Amino acid sequence: MNPPRTLFDKVWDRHIVTAETADTPGVIYVDLHLVHEVTSPQAFAEIEVRGLTVRRPDRTFATLDHSTPTLPAGPDGERPYFTPAARTQVQTLEANCARHGIELAGWDSDQRGVVHVMGPEQGLTQPGMTVVCGDSHTATHGAFGALAFGIGTSEVGHVLATQCLLQRKAKAMRVTVDGALQPGVSGKDVALAVIAAIGFGGGTGHVIEYAGEAVRSLDMEGRMTLCNMSIEAGARAGMIAPDQTTIDWLRGRRHVPADFDAAVADWLTLATDPGAVFDKEVTLDGAAIRPMATWGTTPDAGASVGAPVPQPRDESDQKAIDYMGFTAGQATTGHPVNVVFIGSCTNGRLPDLRAAADILRGRKVSPGVRMLVVPGSEAVRRDAEAEGLHHVFTAAGAEWRIPGCSMCIAMNGDFVGPGQLAVSTSNRNFEGRQGKGARTILASPATAAATAVAGVLTDPRAYLEAPAHA
Amino acid sequence: MPEPFKILTSRTLTLSQANIDTDQIIPARFLTTTTRQGLGAHAFHDWRYETDGSPRPESVLNRIDPTERRILLAGPNFACGSSREHAPWALLDYGFRAVISTSIADIFTSNALKNGFLPIVVDQGTWDDLAAHPDQPVTIDLDAAEIRRGNAPAVPFAVESFARQCLLDGVDTLGWLQSKLPAIESYERARAPETAQ
Ligand code: SF4
Repeated sequence: MNPPRTLFDKVWDRHIVTAETADTPGVIYVDLHLVHEVTSPQAFAEIEVRGLTVRRPDRTFATLDHSTPTLPAGPDGERPYFTPAARTQVQTLEANCARHGIELAGWDSDQRGVVHVMGPEQGLTQPGMTVVCGDSHTATHGAFGALAFGIGTSEVGHVLATQCLLQRKAKAMRVTVDGALQPGVSGKDVALAVIAAIGFGGGTGHVIEYAGEAVRSLDMEGRMTLCNMSIEAGARAGMIAPDQTTIDWLRGRRHVPADFDAAVADWLTLATDPGAVFDKEVTLDGAAIRPMATWGTTPDAGASVGAPVPQPRDESDQKAIDYMGFTAGQATTGHPVNVVFIGSCTNGRLPDLRAAADILRGRKVSPGVRMLVVPGSEAVRRDAEAEGLHHVFTAAGAEWRIPGCSMCIAMNGDFVGPGQLAVSTSNRNFEGRQGKGARTILASPATAAATAVAGVLTDPRAYLEAPAHA
Repeated sequence: MPEPFKILTSRTLTLSQANIDTDQIIPARFLTTTTRQGLGAHAFHDWRYETDGSPRPESVLNRIDPTERRILLAGPNFACGSSREHAPWALLDYGFRAVISTSIADIFTSNALKNGFLPIVVDQGTWDDLAAHPDQPVTIDLDAAEIRRGNAPAVPFAVESFARQCLLDGVDTLGWLQSKLPAIESYERARAPETAQ
């Protein structure tokens, strides 16, 4: 009998081209390579200097998302790029894709979107695959039972030229979230609770498998949100075993295998065998998770909305609390919020927008708040507009934009001003992440929407229980 | 191809804060570049400069000569956050060649090693000792895989064996990976038709 294996073991084993030894890492095959404009130009330049070509353009897909404006083109067709450098970066990817025969979801494509929103919704991401991208939130794709992780630009060049990476196998960690989630508690709240429990660097060197009743109960979008933030605990990747939810979500999507049922039979063999051993195990009670928000400048600084800021454990905590303008022992719910951002590869999908719209319907964004809603992809935008969600947002006083990373990384001209306090559905609350001097609270779409209405950080359950008069 | 790294002797610069993330090392708004060069000007930008662009006198980074302190002694969980290789590019361009911390993020470690920037993880005792002697030169000897300071006992450190060899010998990782193309092709054939074009 073969020893029991984890989901990670099974996907890893399938992709070993040459095994690792004491002296050399393994050569690992990459099934899907996603590319965007920020981390790829130097990689294309590197392979071209060497006279190399892209080995498997058919396994390479590109999109424009990070430095792209979220306001539409002007009457002259000109895109309102924030800087000439941003325009050059986009044009460089367009030229590189054209030269190397890579499919690009560009400006005129109805598939364009944030790379980790676009890949799954086009059916490019499939269970059992290895997926890489020059982007640390590539772990998102692990929600499908793929092994998906971020790589640097040198490695982007490696994959372009060889379709492989040099890798040593990471350790395995299992995070089990048992119990039923309370109403108003989303995948984002689970993610923030998990990161708070294991710590910002707690997953370093590991691939996390998420398991347990609360994880199984999440829809695919909620699972993507959870896997997306694995890197915020330091983990290389996050994975969830494929099940009926996965299969139902994938069926009929553009790039799925022609013989879908045969693929499904294979995918269902990927789940971790009973008795498989993990290097580290963590268990959380899902029923105890409440809507979460961060109080510091690292994603692990999370607590239930309304809970007091904890006493600082060290100098770094104190510095974070000072930067945020909060006080230990006091709740963060009293501070006026200047900006609310809904979007990103963490929470820019259709159910995220629905959750926000459910709260905003018949209500108004508080006069002191600027609210920006940025769908994660053109497909999300289309679906949301078909449901009329954009009318809900604009009627409430929010801005409805075209897809992109936007304020998540603040390199396209959408940013939070110095000293301003933002509640964001994105994934990083680092100092200045959303703009120089910006202060960021991470939360779920429902919490962000409730905050936009109230003007201060607010538990969304108050609004869910009391519908507005439409 | 990275510059080979064999031995480095320099004084250290201590940034003791925990979780110095990649947005501190190189803020995202400087990532709209299509080259690797020139990022040192933006390394730790928001620590070094006010919003109006004037230098912050209180920033230690504005008070040192980067050519004299080429080893960064950083707080735990250094370079957490994004996969941007711009982080080691910026540190190198600024003048650093190595970082010593009690923990360093995975992707940064991988990126740094590919660029001849050495990430070294030590225990807290060693870190405290180095931090207590900021003006004494420290030698990082990659061949011996040890750190030496004055007459203090040498401290061994671990580096992934292949990356170490690549740095010592100036091996080109992509070239090495290309030498595996026959194995890659037979892997693809074995997985056909699933992998076939
Ligand atoms: S939305 Fe944010 S985290 Fe996601 S890919 Fe874009 S910049 Fe990165």
